[in-house]
Amino acid sequence: MSDNIGKSFEDYDSGVEKALIRFPERKKTFSTGSKAPVKRLYTPLDDSARDYLRDIGFPGDYPYTRGVQNTMYRGRFWTMRQYAGFSTAEESNKRYKFLLAQGTTGLSVAFDLPTQIGYDSDHALSQGEVGKVGVAIDSLADMEILFDGIPLDKVSTSMTINAPAAVLLAMYIAVAEKMGIGPDKLEGTIQNDILKEYIARGTYIYPPESSMRLITDIFAYCSRSVPNWNTISISGYHIREAGSTASQEVAFTIADGIAYVDAAVKAGLDVDAFGPRLSFFFNSHNDLFEEAAKFRAARRVWAKVMKERFGAKNPKSLSLRFHTQTAGSTLTAQQPDNNIVRVAIQALAAVLGGTQSLHTNSKDEALALPTEASVRIALRTQQVIAYESGATETIDPLAGSYYVESLTDRIQKEAEAYIATIDGMGGAVKAIERGYIQQEIQDAAYAYQMDIESGERVVVGMNKFQIKEGSPTGLLRVDPKVGEQQSAKLRDLRAKRDNVRVEAALKALRNAAEGTDNLMPPILEAVRAYATLGEICDVMRGIFGEYQQKVIL
Amino acid sequence: MERKIRVLVAKPGLDGHDRGAKVIARALRDAGMEVVYTGLRQTPEQIVSASIQEDVDVIAMSILSGAHNHLFPRVMQLLAEKSIDDVLVIGGGVIPDEDIPGLKAAGIAGVFTPGTPTTETIEFIKNNLKRGI
Amino acid sequence: MDGSATSPELVRSGDQLAIARLISMVEREDPSRLAILKALHAFGGRAHVVGITGPPGSGKSTLTDKIVGALRAQGRLVAVLAVDPSSPFTGGAILGDRIRMQRHATDPGVFIRSLATRGHLGGLSRAVSEATRVLDAAGYDDIIIETVGVGQSEVDIVRIADTVVLVSVPGLGDDIQAIKAGVMEIGDIFCVNKADKDGAERVVREIRAMLETAVLNGAATRFSGLYVARATLGAHAPISPAADQGAFHHIAAQVSGHPNLEIPPVLTTVAETGQGIDDLVKHIKAHETALTATGYLRMRRESNLAWELGHAAAERVLSALERDERKETVGELSRAVLDKKIDFYDALDALEDALTRSH
Repeated sequence: MSDNIGKSFEDYDSGVEKALIRFPERKKTFSTGSKAPVKRLYTPLDDSARDYLRDIGFPGDYPYTRGVQNTMYRGRFWTMRQYAGFSTAEESNKRYKFLLAQGTTGLSVAFDLPTQIGYDSDHALSQGEVGKVGVAIDSLADMEILFDGIPLDKVSTSMTINAPAAVLLAMYIAVAEKMGIGPDKLEGTIQNDILKEYIARGTYIYPPESSMRLITDIFAYCSRSVPNWNTISISGYHIREAGSTASQEVAFTIADGIAYVDAAVKAGLDVDAFGPRLSFFFNSHNDLFEEAAKFRAARRVWAKVMKERFGAKNPKSLSLRFHTQTAGSTLTAQQPDNNIVRVAIQALAAVLGGTQSLHTNSKDEALALPTEASVRIALRTQQVIAYESGATETIDPLAGSYYVESLTDRIQKEAEAYIATIDGMGGAVKAIERGYIQQEIQDAAYAYQMDIESGERVVVGMNKFQIKEGSPTGLLRVDPKVGEQQSAKLRDLRAKRDNVRVEAALKALRNAAEGTDNLMPPILEAVRAYATLGEICDVMRGIFGEYQQKVIL
Repeated sequence: MERKIRVLVAKPGLDGHDRGAKVIARALRDAGMEVVYTGLRQTPEQIVSASIQEDVDVIAMSILSGAHNHLFPRVMQLLAEKSIDDVLVIGGGVIPDEDIPGLKAAGIAGVFTPGTPTTETIEFIKNNLKRGI
Repeated sequence: MDGSATSPELVRSGDQLAIARLISMVEREDPSRLAILKALHAFGGRAHVVGITGPPGSGKSTLTDKIVGALRAQGRLVAVLAVDPSSPFTGGAILGDRIRMQRHATDPGVFIRSLATRGHLGGLSRAVSEATRVLDAAGYDDIIIETVGVGQSEVDIVRIADTVVLVSVPGLGDDIQAIKAGVMEIGDIFCVNKADKDGAERVVREIRAMLETAVLNGAATRFSGLYVARATLGAHAPISPAADQGAFHHIAAQVSGHPNLEIPPVLTTVAETGQGIDDLVKHIKAHETALTATGYLRMRRESNLAWELGHAAAERVLSALERDERKETVGELSRAVLDKKIDFYDALDALEDALTRSH
């Protein structure tokens, strides 16, 4: 059969080449959003090396190219989870209740930068940052307010917290305890992915070795005590936001994942004990087909890694479950309404790629934090895709597309080549220390920017189809007084709490950090005693030291 | 020997999103400038002190966290305390239009929001230096 | 504007803005800098100038950062000149060494300046040596010059520094690539950084072996001068007992099987964690003590000055030849050689005559 197709294809191709003399195509070369070359036409000829059962298979079966569940969205939709949090715990608590009332099915907590870097709100470096990009949490007292009136045994909560993830998780457990909910009833995710902080996001505290220990301590603790908690969300999102290509996003994320599994296995954990609780977080960018293919390729690469490299047997360890967020870096400050359309296409790509949960960006995020009105549109976008588009009626509807399968194969191949290079350097931690991963991303980011400036890459409303526009109005503003309010709360807390108990808890934590005991129990005890986030992180700073950024420009 | 435009590129505050800062650093270098890159988590004090020792013509800062209204004017205040008035100070990042007049009044000569081509920033620097080249 | 912010008095008072602006004048060869440099001349010569050099990725900036910290803890005033290459295509440069040292930015006892090579090789040597004199006169006790690369280094660090620390790391592919034959000679102290990585011990062994070979072959190494000075001058020079016992026996390791031959110290550090830094600083200071005690410091500085004077003179001659009337003469002579009217050497003599006559 393929001989016939090959013959016909040659006829078609030579015909086109002749016609091109009179009717040239729009461009000399065509490419994906990540600048990979795209052919004029994909046919069964591109499928010849592929084996359906080996490379694609069935939903819920190895290598999970078609999805991780056997019914996918026919069973239930993805979790619609909007990342939110700003100002004080009181303000954010109101926003969560608003979102739950609008039909979100999970919470996603954004913390401010001082919290993410383990500084209290009254620390000198926190000035001007308190409550800005998320909610300020200094102690268990703030966390109690944040989740006030929200049934923690009924919602799943995702927390974007990395370097101090152990502390915030301990606070969540402690809040639940006060509500009378045991840790075994808690569902949610902590991001807890320090490697991509070194690579792309910048909210690191400790050097790699100690950070990896904290992470494996969390794996071990949760596999015993918080069994339904996703202990890490290995994130490509920020790698892509920093400017990587789609293949690099898959490659570097999975290379990070390999490093975490390696560390946990070396710490004596059974891969099938913690493997099922590993989750991922990807970006969904502009190129609909390339992005959908990317998610399919990522599942296939991870399944192979877990099976072949780590000998995992539990299907849940082999299947890559992921959250997706639409690409913040594609939002334009110009003609912000256009962002609604971009987000819709990106969200569709995530759904076609089989995401387990999704955050859609709001149109005004290139300007400020989103308002309630724009958050509602973003959420409605997901609901339109779920209920009206038809994309959810069958599983993996793009499978078998000559183009999409070929994209999937290419991304897999490119990602595996990168992973081999990183293996050659001694793994992701070493590659990061060398600055290799950062440099690859920066090169891609610079090329992307130069393509926009040359006009080779069109951004509608920004470098083409511009209009004169007035200043946007009605943006959300965080009250600059939040910093002072938090500082006052802290003074009050330090005066009222049992400081003898705090000191004892911090001393126990110090001892554990100097030794090899699991750090979660002493952190939990310090949190219960109302030690502040900054105090707890400082104890570990004193023993672990602080990471110094590697920059190679 | 020819005079080179020297630029300090810094990220004040705590946000770690340095894609923009790195892209602009490279673009300025490719435009023939000498770029002193100071990296993440810089305090206004560190930025001003480095700008003095490096004798830069320009301080370029990037903030995506929303802390610009606090940190940019603080840099200007510290420069004023040292009686330095011949350094061009510019800023970029996620900065709402309504904040721009206040930042300009504080002495931030140029504010560049997302989507600004690097060529525009380069031209702005070349045309607005406060010291002769 | 630049001129008004700087003056010999301001520089001597340690005013960082004045120092910075004078260094800028040095960088762009502003002729008005000369009056200030001349006025500062009498106040130089006190600082200990330390060169730190090694291949990219060897952690020099982090090492420098830690050395600065250790010297500050002793109450010393420290300046750093961090040299990075300019792009040969655009003339621009990204100077990123400072990132690792920014914690010292607000310490008034530390001055850090990044310099780009700006294409001119000789020009940068001049700029670095003039900047070093500025910092010296400004009262910094230690001046650290950090440069990339060895061998084809743009700054001939050897001609400027009193003490050269040659940094290497394990795992740069060719283990000893940083310290090939010919480069060995320029170090006073050898430092294997990132010593927690695999292969560090092997790098130490290989460096020691190469140094021993150099010593046994009687190669002209940078350190051999000092060791000869100690053996010969040392007997007459007033060496303090502290220096003799503390410094020499400390810095010099003996060549295996040849108890009278010595090689310089080969140290290990992990700059990231600070491991080995105190020891390195101790050796740097012991080297200074040894240089002073033997009188070899003066000999080294004299020969450096002779080299610098020679180069400056050559630069002057070259720029004299660039002047219009000289260009004319050079052109005429070249044509005459081309037309076989005179030979090359007669032309050279004629040019020399013309130059000496007008000067």
